[in-house]
Parts: sequence; structure tokens; C-alpha cells
Amino acid sequence: MNLSILKADKKNLNTFITIGSVLIFIGLIDIILSSFLSTNITAFLPDKISYLTPLLFGLFGLYLIRIEFSGNKLLDKVNTNFNSSNFNALLTLLVIFALIKYIPPLLNWFVFDANFAGNTKEDCTGDGACWVFVKVWLNRFVYGLYPDTEQWRINTAFLTLFLLVGASFFVPQRYKKYIIIFLLFVYPIIGLKLISGGDFGLKYVETGAWGGLSLTFIVSAFALILCFPIGTILALGRRSKLPAIRYTSIGFIELWRGVPLITVLFMSAVMFPMFLPDGTYVDKLIRVLIAITLFEAAYMAEVVRGGLQALPKGQYEAAKSLGMGYWKMHFLIILPQALKLVIPGIANTFLALVKDTPLIFVVGLLELAGMVNLAKTNPKWLGMAMEGYVFAGLVFWVICYVMSRYSQNLEKKLKTER
Amino acid sequence: MSKIIELKNVNKWFDKFQALKDINLEVNQQEKIVICGPSGSGKSTLIRCINRLEEHQDGQIIVDGKEISENTKDLEKIRAEVGMVFQQFNLFPHLSILDNCTLAPIWVKKMPKKDAEALAMKNLERVQIADQAKKFPGQLSGGQQQRSALARALCMEPKIMLFDEPTSALDPEMIKEVLDAMVDLAKAGMTMIVVTHEMGFAKEVADNMIFMDEGKIVEKAKTKDFFENPKSDRTKLFLSQIL
Repeated sequence: MNLSILKADKKNLNTFITIGSVLIFIGLIDIILSSFLSTNITAFLPDKISYLTPLLFGLFGLYLIRIEFSGNKLLDKVNTNFNSSNFNALLTLLVIFALIKYIPPLLNWFVFDANFAGNTKEDCTGDGACWVFVKVWLNRFVYGLYPDTEQWRINTAFLTLFLLVGASFFVPQRYKKYIIIFLLFVYPIIGLKLISGGDFGLKYVETGAWGGLSLTFIVSAFALILCFPIGTILALGRRSKLPAIRYTSIGFIELWRGVPLITVLFMSAVMFPMFLPDGTYVDKLIRVLIAITLFEAAYMAEVVRGGLQALPKGQYEAAKSLGMGYWKMHFLIILPQALKLVIPGIANTFLALVKDTPLIFVVGLLELAGMVNLAKTNPKWLGMAMEGYVFAGLVFWVICYVMSRYSQNLEKKLKTER
Repeated sequence: MSKIIELKNVNKWFDKFQALKDINLEVNQQEKIVICGPSGSGKSTLIRCINRLEEHQDGQIIVDGKEISENTKDLEKIRAEVGMVFQQFNLFPHLSILDNCTLAPIWVKKMPKKDAEALAMKNLERVQIADQAKKFPGQLSGGQQQRSALARALCMEPKIMLFDEPTSALDPEMIKEVLDAMVDLAKAGMTMIVVTHEMGFAKEVADNMIFMDEGKIVEKAKTKDFFENPKSDRTKLFLSQIL
């Protein structure tokens, strides 16, 4: 068949657009009717053809309206972005059909059929999500097994933290560094003391009772703050001219990169105490923090090393020729540039770290995902795994997305090249 | 005039390749020396050995009365007295031009920030680029960058300046502005060792010329003699090709 008769020219442009649009519209109607009302307007055709009709209508319609330089801005835009070839037209249709078919049921599950009211599992109809579960357990998801009456301590600790972080963005430049030093070196100790208690008339809360989202934050924050400098030192060590330092760094990095985190955590809980003299006891949470920190530091070291290697030799030479020694050269010239280069890699490692925290369940510490796991096995709330994990997944996604956006902003802000 | 740099029988190898062969050289205070020669002849290596960006394996290098070797403890102090300008500028791209200039005085010489900034502005003015002080290196032209690099080196108030092909990476029309700044510096009495192919510049400022080939100093002569009646055939050939 000669398809050239199916190509529009100036005269019959509008006819083509109209016929094409109608065909696409029929295709859409067909798919909408069949997915929402279970009616098939093409039922008179054989099964297989009837199944494909929306696609065929759509494809032919899109083919007809694929007119170059039609003069219609909207049409040109659609054609260049979604309809530039038969294959692209097919992809466009498939995506649209998939959205029509799957988005509404998803929305129904999440919102329209979901249950929000009530306090027990029986209040849920079972058609959609049972958010009652999340509502009832929210306190545990956030605070773990931390005693209800003491939860103000966690709130205070985190509120202060957020206020300080917020303040560090808005105060004048010259006070900024004091806030940051305070945040990095002093505040972690104050915060931990406030949450663990034991002195100043605060009731002692053992770390086994810590949990939920607050534990996720505590573990992530400490590991993030600590793994960064350790990783940087390791990266420098790996490039050192002194064999002792170089081989120690290489050995350390390769050892930690070579084992799964879950094994490391297990060893920190089970084997590490065996090497300690009798009577000494290191808190489980501290052991886990050290394990995660060293594990992530090994990855961080390799990320930073990538940045160090990407810098031209001339930067080192210029610094040396100005009389800078090793440390001045690295802290003033090399690291500021190398770290800026590897912000995406650092963000990657940080995100991985946050998402690795659920693994601390192997030593009996239950952060957000761990608490969900615990709650779903409660006899009164059996069968709520889906709601729990979707909730945990969303929370993790929000945390990670915020971190990712922040790293992108940082990248833009620090960009000094043309 | 007193000697400030002295090289005695310096040899240097990159693995098996010998880059410098028995180099003997004396530089007096305020002397200007231009080193030329074909590529790969060891000119850059020679001046990079003077502030130990390259290590020599044999012989002695004495800078301002101190020998430079692997045992030198205060290498940083010697380097602080020897300024260097590179072919590729090597400005620090994460710092503004002003910060490029003040960084080393503040951190290496422990100069108060105010004094360092005043000094930096003085030197930036000297190379006629003071109006660009707040910009970042990436926003400047090649010639402006190289003049900034010169100002940065001058901020350490060095006794000696080394130039490693300072104009080779520049567009032709920017070469002059850099050479002008270097001529001014020479007239102010700086001790300079310059590796360059700019023979016009050499004729104008150099006291002595050195021609190097295959790691050896083939000819060292007063500038006038060097250009008017070179002794070695190799020098004659080289000059006939570039003049």
C-alpha cells in the first residue's frame, strides 16, 4: 500500500488532525471503559484483536497527526516530545495506558478505600490500606520502646538539633563556624546524655529500649559525622609515601569493604565482647555505631580517593611551590577541591548508610523498619505488613530525598568554575 | 654580586632515562637567566629541581646557602623563598584571585589577614589586574590568569623567581601582557630563571642565556654573544629554526 496518500498537506491538514484525534480518543475511551466499567466496546471482534484495538487506534491516530511544521504550537510540541516516530508513539501509548490502568487502583488503596478512623484492626474494612495500624503504632515507630513519660527528652534533643542546624544557615558568616564546631563536637555528647540519662536527675534509659525513627536518626547521624573524617584520613593514608601508613590504610579499607555489613554487626555483637577483659562492658549501641562507622568509612575512603586522583598534579605543585607542607597543602588546596568533586559520591555513601541502618536488627536494636517488623507480628495486628513497610519505605524515601536535594544544592553553591 | 643558586654536577634520572647530565650552574643575585632548547632537553626538569618539585639523584643543589636534598628539613622554608610560575597557571580554582594571593602569606608566613590583603592588592596592581581580585580563576582569560599566578608567587616576597614556560599555554595576543609584567619584574631587580621560547623577551632582559639539549648545558653565554655568535653548531641550528 502506498502510505503517501496518508500524509497530510496544507489543504487537508485539519481533516488529518481531526481524524487522528478522534482515533486516539476512541483508543483512550476503550481502555478507560475496559479498566473501570469492565465493558468492552470491541467485544464483537475476536479476543486477541479486541485486546489490541486501543493500541491500534491510538497508533494510527498518532501516525495521522504526526505532521511536521503543522503551524500548531501544541501539536508540534506533542510530536517532537512524544510522537517523533512509530516506536516513540508506541511507548507513549503504553505509558498512558499503564497509568490509566494502575494509578487509580493504587490511589484507591492508598486513600479512597483506606481506613483512617478507629483504634483496632476490626475498624478496617480490608478494601484499602489500614492506616489505623500506623496511627496506633506511630508512637512506637518514632520512639521505639522508650518510656512514654520520658519521650520529651528525645523531642528536646532533636528539636534543639534542628534549631541549631537551622540557625547555622541564617546566622552571619563569622558565627557560623562556632555553631558548626559546637554541632559536630559538643552537641552529640549533650544529645546522647539527654537521651540516655542517668545523671542530672534524668532516669536512665538503656539503649535496648531506644528504637524507631529516632534511633534511625541517631545511628545515621553519628555514623555520618564520624565516617567522613575517618574516610578522608584513610584516603590520604592510602596515597601516603610511607609504606607503613599506606599498607595499613589499604589493609583496613579492603578488610571492611570485603565483608557484608550484617556480618560486621553480628561480630560486633557476638564476637567482640569475647576479646574484652572480663567485667568490661561496652554498650551494644556503641559497638554497633563503631562497626557501621568503620564500615562506611572504608567506602568513604575510596570515594574521597577518587576525588584526590582527579585533581591535576599542578595543584599539588603550586601548593608546594608556595611553601606549604603536607597538611596545609591538603587542607587548604587539595581536599576542598577533591571533596567538592565527589559530592555525588559522598551523598551516595550517606544514602546507603541511612538505608543500611535497619540491619542493626541482627543485634536486637529496632529502628524504624525493625519496629514495623515487630508490630506486624503482634497477634492483634497480623496481616499489616504491607501498610507497615509502605510507611517505612515512604519515611526512608523522604529522608533520602531531602539529603539528595541538599547535596545537589551544595554542589551548585560550591561551583566556582565557569 | 653573591651567588644565590649553585648547581654542582647535578644528575637526574627518570627510571633509566637520564634527564639531566652533569649540570653546573651558578646564579648571582639579581641575575636574569633565560634557558632555551628543544622539547625534552631537560629545561623544565632543571628549574623544577631548584625547588625540588623534582628530586635529583646525584650532585649538589644549593639555594640561598642551603643544600637541597632528601635530608633537607626546612624544604618548605626554601620553597617559600623561591617563587614559581607554571605553564598551566595552576591557580586554585576554588578560591578567588585575592584568596589565591593571600592564602600562602597567611598560612605559611603567618601574616595577619589585613596585611596579606594589602600585599596582595599591591602585587595585583603591579601586574595590572587589581580590578579582577574578587573573581574566580575560571572567569578570567589565560593572560589574566597567568598574571594572577605571577602576583600570587610575588606575594610570598621570594628572593628568586622561576618561570616554567609561562607563555606557552597562552593565545598569541595574551603573551605580550604576561611578558610585560615579567619585564617590569626584571627591571625591579628580581633574580629570575626563565624557561621560554620568547627570544625577544630574552634579548631584552636576560643577562645570560643557556642552551640545553639532551639533558646537557650545551652553551652558556652573555646574551649578546649568544645571539650574535653562538659557538656550538647545535645552538646555531636551534637559533636558525626559531628566529
